[in-house]
Amino acid sequence: MFWNALASEDGLRVSLFITCYNDTLFPETGKAVVRVLERLGHTVEFPAGQTCCGQMHWNTGYQAEAMPLLSRFVEQFREAEAVVVPSSSCVAMMRDHYPKMAVSLKDEKLIADVEALLPKVFEFSEFLTKRLGLEDVGAYYPHRVTYHASCHGLRNLGLGDGPMRLLRAVRGIDLVELQGLEQCCGFGGTFAVKNADVSGAMLADKMAAVLNTKAEACTACDNSCLMHIQGALHRQKTGVRTVHLAEILAGDEGVAQ
Amino acid sequence: MSGVALDPKTAPPFPMAAKTALGDTQLRKNVRHATDVIQAKRARVVGEMPDWQELREAGKQIRQHTMENLDFYLEEFEANCTRAGGVVHWARDAEEARRIVVALVKASGSDEVIKIKSMTTEEIQLNSALEAAGIHPFETDLAELIIQLGEDRPSHIVVPALHKNRHEIREIFRREMNLPELGDQPQDLADAARVFLREKFLRVKTGVSGANFLIAETGGLCIVESEGNGRMCLTLPETLITVAGIDKVIPRFQDLEVLLQLLPRSATGERMNPYNSVWTGVNAADGPRVFHVVLMDNARTEILADEEARQTLNCIRCAACQNACPVYRQTGGHAYGSVYAGPIGAILTPQLQEMHHAQSLPYASSLCGACYEVCPVKINIPEVLIHLRNKVVQQNTAGVAGFFDVEAGAMKAMAMIFRSERRFRAAQRLGRVAESPLVRKDGWIGWLPGMLGGWTQVRDLQEMPKETFRDWWEKRGRNGN
Amino acid sequence: MATDMVTNSARAEVLRRIRAAKGGVATAEAARAEWSAIERRYRREATRSREAVLELLEDRLRDYDARVVCVRDAEVAASAAGMLGDRKVRRMVMPAGLTAEWLPAGFEFVVDEGLAAAELDRVDGVMTGATLAIAETGTVVLQNVAGQGRRAVTLVPDYHLCVVRVEDVVETVPEAIHRLQATAGLATTFVSGPSATADIEMTRIKGVHGPRSLDVILVD
Repeated sequence: MFWNALASEDGLRVSLFITCYNDTLFPETGKAVVRVLERLGHTVEFPAGQTCCGQMHWNTGYQAEAMPLLSRFVEQFREAEAVVVPSSSCVAMMRDHYPKMAVSLKDEKLIADVEALLPKVFEFSEFLTKRLGLEDVGAYYPHRVTYHASCHGLRNLGLGDGPMRLLRAVRGIDLVELQGLEQCCGFGGTFAVKNADVSGAMLADKMAAVLNTKAEACTACDNSCLMHIQGALHRQKTGVRTVHLAEILAGDEGVAQ
Repeated sequence: MSGVALDPKTAPPFPMAAKTALGDTQLRKNVRHATDVIQAKRARVVGEMPDWQELREAGKQIRQHTMENLDFYLEEFEANCTRAGGVVHWARDAEEARRIVVALVKASGSDEVIKIKSMTTEEIQLNSALEAAGIHPFETDLAELIIQLGEDRPSHIVVPALHKNRHEIREIFRREMNLPELGDQPQDLADAARVFLREKFLRVKTGVSGANFLIAETGGLCIVESEGNGRMCLTLPETLITVAGIDKVIPRFQDLEVLLQLLPRSATGERMNPYNSVWTGVNAADGPRVFHVVLMDNARTEILADEEARQTLNCIRCAACQNACPVYRQTGGHAYGSVYAGPIGAILTPQLQEMHHAQSLPYASSLCGACYEVCPVKINIPEVLIHLRNKVVQQNTAGVAGFFDVEAGAMKAMAMIFRSERRFRAAQRLGRVAESPLVRKDGWIGWLPGMLGGWTQVRDLQEMPKETFRDWWEKRGRNGN
Repeated sequence: MATDMVTNSARAEVLRRIRAAKGGVATAEAARAEWSAIERRYRREATRSREAVLELLEDRLRDYDARVVCVRDAEVAASAAGMLGDRKVRRMVMPAGLTAEWLPAGFEFVVDEGLAAAELDRVDGVMTGATLAIAETGTVVLQNVAGQGRRAVTLVPDYHLCVVRVEDVVETVPEAIHRLQATAGLATTFVSGPSATADIEMTRIKGVHGPRSLDVILVD
């Protein structure tokens, strides 16, 4: 695709796009990303003016409102060497829609900026597997875990078996395959609220599959899916938790889980 | 006769219809089973094809090219079909199509017609028009027969009675065919249908069909089917009337080499469906002596005019998207309030209604992309859904009424927040304040008000962390970490 | 005539809408050029050997529960006799022009010269040749020509015995379509197994309408 898989490079300057919802609701995921990248010898930067990629507005039908958020993102990350995003749906938003959004604005500079920037933007797991060419990132996570393949990561970004390869290399992990891992969990952004009944029905199927694995935790590359799954796991008092892939990879002997 | 109308003009919004459907356990079981079976079959026969992706790409280009030259190909088809003895009619909309067909049936001297399954004729509710004119239509496709005798409506493009199981079907046949001893094995039911229909095939003088493809180069038509009822209706009657949307035309005979590979594998998971019939005009010694084709627009040109949504017309009606869709698999087709359901329905129906009805349909999707993955002609359904959502919002926010749209107000406010670091951070702090009355002792929220209540129907929401990521990052920076 | 006028104005209106929607009138030259530019990187030729192709056809046909044998030309009649005997048929219909040497003795063959549907319904089966067969999909293609007959003749009887020459067997659908190009205007039927439906609980049931049994004799 945009890059060649390289052996791990030394000392990259990596800019973190935390995403609006991770920043606000899942700061632990961001901290985990920082820990993993620093463990691998890279420097993390955080452009403070970042906010949101515009996906929610774009997907819900408010395209005009999403446009300024595209410009803002480009502005914030223009100087980045590499941009890492712990959310596959946000990266899908950028790859699938930013180029034609820029074209529709008829802004030549923006079109060029987007074209130059996108190859440097990576979802977190694909940054590790494709950009750095790694599977073992020195993680330790002695728990029974099952993996759900978020739709955008699976279909839009083509993450393939990347996340699973990273998980398999985690020391102490007991990985259990999730039946129907490629089935949508039912979150779908505003879909979860506008079509709560169907979303709930899809979630019930995902829950049943998760509980069937007897895993302690369900993981994925997107906290949006996990928030939705966790919401039901908690409501039904299952004792099963959700944890973002980054937090598993951040686990090591020295850090309490 | 056909029962409850599946009419987008009067159907309840999707969330409401879905809620009802979700309460029907039998329906959900049937839909789940049927879509599981077809999906598995499709995966197997597609997996055999080393050039499946190349076929998809060619299919997409063929269909796209056709739409870009639609006027040329329709005229070419008309000329060639006419030369071969067919009579070509044009209909601007459903009403005109119905009128033409009724007149043609009357002119054929028959007050009965045998029909092959045609979603196009369902779309225009042709059967009601025929009955109103004193003409009795006999559906001959097994699923359509089940639907007709059961006074029901189709719920799937390819397997319209997928929502019915064998017991339900047996009850319908027992009653309507007067067969009190009828068994419930699928073979018994099929045998009953065979006998019931054969009598009609051999007797009824006028047939009505749809068409899978109209071949411009030759003026021929192609019908793709499994049971043989198509062949019966196409060859035994004296008069044949075919109704086809203008989007059914394909450029050349050669293009069948792509489409006849994509369609059967995608639709029923077979390498080839049992029967494909290709015919051109009339042949004195073979088949009907009189042949009419009705080319119908019915808002397809509206879709054509919308460049971003035009790819909707590329559809070859395989329904692979329905089988793959996690939403359709939960609700079945009736919840979409249209004969076109599932992902293709969610984009086609609102557009055929010029976006006035069926506004909830573009939102009947989690945008998971499973449909795009299986579409044999690569229609980017998620992209069209998003495009249509934008159109819905534009309609809803136009004029004075738009001022009061609550959702739009909230979305505009959020957009303002995201455009400024300062406002974003303020909103984060405000969120923690605003939620605090809702947070339980265990740190979770079990109830959210208004629109957001949909979340807490089945899910809890964890309270917002005291410290955002950027708060932590800043602190870290100040501590020189 | 009034209807003609109405349909002509409908025609004009629909074409006008199409052209307005696309922003222009399509021309034959442009359409031809663009059509020729369509990328066709799928398989268009055989990739298997002839033996493999024939084996594949036999496999596919057997998958459909059709019986298949492969014989020399001189043995066709004898094979047919065996198959008809097994099926317990006595009275068969055949299209005009079917190769006389193929017909087995001991069975009644009626030549179709426009039999009524009800009469076709009363025979035990039909025997024909074929235009071609597609191995990959197990398809036999029939056209309205001598030896294959009009469409009703292979539709109404409950049993079809079909003789296919080995040189008329192709591997892929594109090869078949290519061979059919010259006679694309003829009524053509692609038969892939006996009629079937999966409309009841997705169970594939054979034989709703159309012949419920199909046998194929491949002639080398």
